[in-house]
Amino acid sequence: MDVREIICEQNKVYSKSKILTDTTLHYCPGCSHGVVHKLIAEVIEELGIQQRTIGVTPVGCGVFAYNYFDIDMVEAAHGRACAVATGINRLAPERVVFTYQGDGDLSAIGTGETIHACNRGESIVVFYINNAIYGMTGGQMAPTTLCGMKTATTPDGRDPKLHGYPYKITEMLAQLEGVCYVTRQTVASAVYIRKAKRAIRRAFENALAGRGLSFVEIVATCNSGWKMSPVAANKWLVENMLPFYPLGDIKSVGE
Amino acid sequence: MTRIKGAVVIQTEQCKGCGLCVEACASNVLTMSVNVNSKGYVYSTSLNPELCIGCASCAVVCPDSCISVYRQSVKEERD
Ligand SMILES: Cc1ncc(C[n+]2csc(CCOP(=O)(O)OP(=O)(O)O)c2C)c(N)n1
Ligand code: SF4
Ligand code: SF4
Repeated sequence: MDVREIICEQNKVYSKSKILTDTTLHYCPGCSHGVVHKLIAEVIEELGIQQRTIGVTPVGCGVFAYNYFDIDMVEAAHGRACAVATGINRLAPERVVFTYQGDGDLSAIGTGETIHACNRGESIVVFYINNAIYGMTGGQMAPTTLCGMKTATTPDGRDPKLHGYPYKITEMLAQLEGVCYVTRQTVASAVYIRKAKRAIRRAFENALAGRGLSFVEIVATCNSGWKMSPVAANKWLVENMLPFYPLGDIKSVGE
Repeated sequence: MTRIKGAVVIQTEQCKGCGLCVEACASNVLTMSVNVNSKGYVYSTSLNPELCIGCASCAVVCPDSCISVYRQSVKEERD
């Protein structure tokens, strides 16, 4: 039989989410941001919350995310997405509010806003896309850069004596009472992506149930900044990032 | 014998040629084109469409959501 005969609506098992617009993503080929966007879009579609959801975008490569989701979105000042999301959520508690932030945005310039929103237990979802680098500005060291990792500002590799140690804000935030769900996932292969989607769904369900703040870290690639091919970057992530940033649920309460 | 047959439709004009789908396909269906699309990228294309099992791994890993996947059980005569 000709495989083209299979191609009809009733046999469709996977296609682009309707929550994503037709705008071409500006991300570099193979960038993890695109994969995370579509998982968030798929979950919003499956939960039927397109009209209720408001996203808050960061400064960083994710800055134009509002062009890609067919939902209401607000652009926050650098690092301040959790504060903006707090305001939205308090004024419109019936809305489902999420932030989408890089590691530079959330865990460098926005550390204070992030910690206090978590501590207050705002009923929002926080997505933390950790690619261990400042992608947008040319691949400088971030607080999350691994020891020994080469970046534009650590050409000989990060030296903790000179540059300090990388830190895991995700584990730190799990200590805070207002946070109900903390998980670390990745999108480095189809198997990881399917698991990450389940975690994203759970986070949105927590927000719908008003359980508190859900924090979802996604260990991601920045293949341009890492100066690797997309395939090599995913492999490097699994071999080098995951031993330091182990996957799985770190905290889960109130179900 | 019943077999699962799959098929993919790739939006080649949207493809940026990252190659993640080629890597994700365990059935060796996909390859990168020799030609480029209007953006100047090589794009993903089916080299062995008859080997597709419709698992959707290629589509799941695509950051630009360029791939749709179809699947059907088909009865096949064994010779
Ligand atoms: C107040 C302010 N300080 C610094 C910058 C420069 N800047 C833009 S994006 C960015 C960091 C982005 O890194 P990250 O949040 O990890 O996102 P990525 O680009 O890697 O996705 C910085 C420092 C800025 N735009 N505004
Ligand atoms: S610079 Fe890095 S994070 Fe930014 S779009 Fe390119 S690969 Fe993605
Ligand atoms: S659906 Fe599965 S078998 Fe078919 S091309 Fe995609 S990855 Fe390969």
